[in-house]
Amino acid sequence: MNTAKIPLWRDDRFWKIVFQILAVIVVIAIADFFLFNLRLNMARRGSIFSFDFLSSQASFDIGEALISYRSSDAYGKAFLVGLFNSLKVMIVGMILTTGLGIAAGIARFSNNWLIRQIVTLYVDLFRNTPILLQLLFWYFAVFTNLPKVEDRMLIFGSLYISNRGIAMPWIGNSTVAWLSLLGLVGLAIAAFLAWQQRTKIIVEQGASGQNLLFVLLGVGATALVLLVFGLQWTFPVIDDQGATNGGLRLTAEYCSVLLGLVFYTGAFVSEIVRSGIQSVAKGQWEAAKALGLNSGLLMRLVIFPQALRVMIPPLTSEYLNLCKNSSLAIVIAYPDVYAVSSTILNQTGRAIEVVLMIMATYLIINLLISIFMNLLNSSVQIKER
Amino acid sequence: MTNQSVLPESPPSVTTDVVAWVKKNLFDGWFNSLLTVGIGFALIKFLLSFGEWVTTKARWDVIPANLPLFMVGRFPASQYWRAWLIAALLVSVGGLTWGMLTLSKEVEGNHQIGFSRNTLIGIGILAFAIVLLPLPTPNKAMILGILSLALGGCFLGRLGVRKIPIIGGVVAGAWVVSLILVLWLLAGGFGLETVGTDLWNGLLLTIFMALISIGLSFPLGMIFALGRQSSLPIVKFFSVTYIEFFRGLPLVGILFAAQVMLPLILPGDWRIDRVVRAIAGLTIFTSAYLAEAIRGGLQSIPKGQIEAASALGLNTPLSLYLIVMPQALRAVIPAMMNLFLSLFKDTSLLAVVGLVELTGISRNILANPNFLGRFAEVYLFVATIYLICCSAMSQASKQLEANLGVGKR
Amino acid sequence: MTQGLNETNGKANNYADLQTKKEVIVATDVQKWYDNKFHVLRGVSMTVYEGEVVVIMGPSGSGKSTFIRTFNALEAYQKGSINIDGIELSHDLKNIEAIRREVGMVFQQFNLFPHLTILENVTLSPIWVRRYPKKKAEEIAMQLLERVGIAEQARKYPGQLSGGQQQRVAIARALAMQPKVMLFDEPTSALDPEMVREVLDTMKTLAQEGMTMVVVTHEVGFAREVADRIVLMDEGLLIEEADPVEFFNNPKEERTRKFLSQIL
Repeated sequence: MNTAKIPLWRDDRFWKIVFQILAVIVVIAIADFFLFNLRLNMARRGSIFSFDFLSSQASFDIGEALISYRSSDAYGKAFLVGLFNSLKVMIVGMILTTGLGIAAGIARFSNNWLIRQIVTLYVDLFRNTPILLQLLFWYFAVFTNLPKVEDRMLIFGSLYISNRGIAMPWIGNSTVAWLSLLGLVGLAIAAFLAWQQRTKIIVEQGASGQNLLFVLLGVGATALVLLVFGLQWTFPVIDDQGATNGGLRLTAEYCSVLLGLVFYTGAFVSEIVRSGIQSVAKGQWEAAKALGLNSGLLMRLVIFPQALRVMIPPLTSEYLNLCKNSSLAIVIAYPDVYAVSSTILNQTGRAIEVVLMIMATYLIINLLISIFMNLLNSSVQIKER
Repeated sequence: MTNQSVLPESPPSVTTDVVAWVKKNLFDGWFNSLLTVGIGFALIKFLLSFGEWVTTKARWDVIPANLPLFMVGRFPASQYWRAWLIAALLVSVGGLTWGMLTLSKEVEGNHQIGFSRNTLIGIGILAFAIVLLPLPTPNKAMILGILSLALGGCFLGRLGVRKIPIIGGVVAGAWVVSLILVLWLLAGGFGLETVGTDLWNGLLLTIFMALISIGLSFPLGMIFALGRQSSLPIVKFFSVTYIEFFRGLPLVGILFAAQVMLPLILPGDWRIDRVVRAIAGLTIFTSAYLAEAIRGGLQSIPKGQIEAASALGLNTPLSLYLIVMPQALRAVIPAMMNLFLSLFKDTSLLAVVGLVELTGISRNILANPNFLGRFAEVYLFVATIYLICCSAMSQASKQLEANLGVGKR
Repeated sequence: MTQGLNETNGKANNYADLQTKKEVIVATDVQKWYDNKFHVLRGVSMTVYEGEVVVIMGPSGSGKSTFIRTFNALEAYQKGSINIDGIELSHDLKNIEAIRREVGMVFQQFNLFPHLTILENVTLSPIWVRRYPKKKAEEIAMQLLERVGIAEQARKYPGQLSGGQQQRVAIARALAMQPKVMLFDEPTSALDPEMVREVLDTMKTLAQEGMTMVVVTHEVGFAREVADRIVLMDEGLLIEEADPVEFFNNPKEERTRKFLSQIL
């Protein structure tokens, strides 16, 4: 490259730099404008920017909480309660949605005409109505119309359904129960490793892998024992005043939010699963069938892994949508982080601080899910040249 | 060897009677048969009890009694003609756009301007159904009039594609003019009686908010999409931050923040109407998603196109205008329809920030002591409206994708 | 320095004669790195004279496409210098614009604009870059389309033409700028075999009319018949330069021999 002097306005490197400086100036100017007005307006109202209010007394009740909470606790604790409630909905919601979505997506390919039609109907119905409407419907048209606690419905001998919510058996809250849970997790990992090892032996050495089969059976038996006895199940018992003790009590609000979100997002996930499976080239189906694989093995070993690669990015979007839509819980009085923050804002008038807290919460959740799903995405990509 | 001439034979006839079909699709194997029986049983039971509820126990009078509320909320009755005009205007321009988009220039021989026989039959059935609706006659006449406007617009659109080269620009201009007119008809002023924004309710508000947001978010979305694709690091950084930030926040949160914070960050003496704040929130939200959709369109253009444009001596603005944007937008239209569909549903969230659109007005109606407890009836009715609108839009979107031949070379 | 007539095209194959002609492309020690790591061009120098047809051959990854793409600033280079028709190729926007007007390029993937008709594809540059009025541009375009034998398809869209037809339109489109030199980046590699002939014939006619051409290709037949000079590139370096007779029958370098044994 020669070093002759090029007039600045004709040098393309110059323009690239100028453009960027211009962009920075515009952004700073806009931000400055907003901040200036903000300071002016806040001064006019006599409010200062600080997070001190978080330690003031909350003086409002929260319908349900995972941690103990009283109205005399601080706003900060109230916020935490809301956060845990949100997480309760989001995590369980994502798991159930995945299950429902995959089941519905695969069911679209069923041989059974009736099943295909029902799934199609489900998807069309739930995708074309707003989530807010569905939540309202679940809460007002379904749960409030359920029988009152006194006349509750009993399913499978220990599942109670009433307009207060659902009560079902759950594991106890003692050290023995938690240790058993830990033990079950450990056994699950051991079983997985044994299974992998067994497959490896069968494939590499042609052995029958019988020994490891016995190991697996042993693991299974221990797990069963732990499951039934170790976990110390508690059963819901409803006394004469209608209060429920023991077991897991899911409020009507929680159930409505959960079911509404799961059914709504599940419809979208099923479409993603369907298009993922369809994206696998037809030649793969044919090759697998030619190799003699039956439909179960075919789906599990050939089609689904490839479909997974296509599915993960849109699936990430749906998970994020689910988390964001959970904020609608405010409409049916489920105290999630958004609802609680809204109350805090109404009571303290700290608009900027509270809005920042809500934004930070959702953005962090968003970021965590995106990072995790991106890792998953990278690990399932096909290695190419 | 016999020298037989080999005539094409007809294949052995396949029994296509009902029994064979049922056997294959419903009772193929014991698992399926069990499933069919089980599900069929549950389905019939459910349908029967639902049907019973619909016809006897449900009290549907809440719907006809509040129909105007659902549609236009508390818009003054004397000004209803303005609402009809808005509907007529939007439907005509919509028909025009539809006609323009579905007559693809690239398919030779498909310059059929008239409507196909099937379409005409469908329209006939629709018209018949409208006549049967339990509505006062002048309303029915209006609806039929609007239907014919839609058809007329579609016809004109198709005609325009053949005769007018810049039909795209004309239609875009028509949209801009219509939206301005709609705004005037809604708000009043300049000769019309003013109608406060808090009286804009119901389906009217839903449609208005959806259209305005997607219209205003277009330029914003384009800027940020191009910014994200840019090779200048700072511009790219700002664009990515904007897009990811607003896509990561729940719409409710953004609307809420708009309601609460907009008065704080703008000069105190600017009185911002609630509706304007909501429009701002919706627009920012939509623009982030639209930017991603446009980026998808930009990425679908092979790199060679831009290289060819550079090799021909076109500078960046020219190649953007002549080569990149026409192709990108074509690829983006289906994604945009999808976005509009979600936006349409998302307008229901305005109910949470105090604007009374279709979902919001139902809650108002339910609060009326005369109609206490009619949750199921009202929500089912509103759901049906959304269903019809959204299904129509997704059908249209599929048709568009097929017609535009996106990606076909 | 080789002497004698090129048997096929009858042009004087004498470097001394050629050197009195104008230099159209002068590349001196051009070096390029990808991502500051991969040294794709390691100092290539080449001069192309007016009216010459230079064919560049070499194994894939040798940098031959990258090299010709530096001529019209589609690829940047970090060291060395390139002069097109006396204009220095640098960061100067005015120079880049001027150079792009003088250099036409035909791509492997045709890169026709699918949303425009054939005629609109060809008139694009004359109208928007050379600022010709539409009528004049269309006249020029139709003449060029006739020259490549495709005038009757003028109102059609690229998607409706075959690969060979599209590539001929691409040639016409590049010619519409009335360039001083035409670059061809593997123009027939993406074509079905039965269409390669028609494109090569068009290029041959172009060469006989005196256009300066630099062609990256694997088509040995074309190289033998039309090229004035063949250049072998490998691993970012220019290995050997000779006229077709010498190149194919009497290669001097080992790497040339190896390459020829693989393609002949």
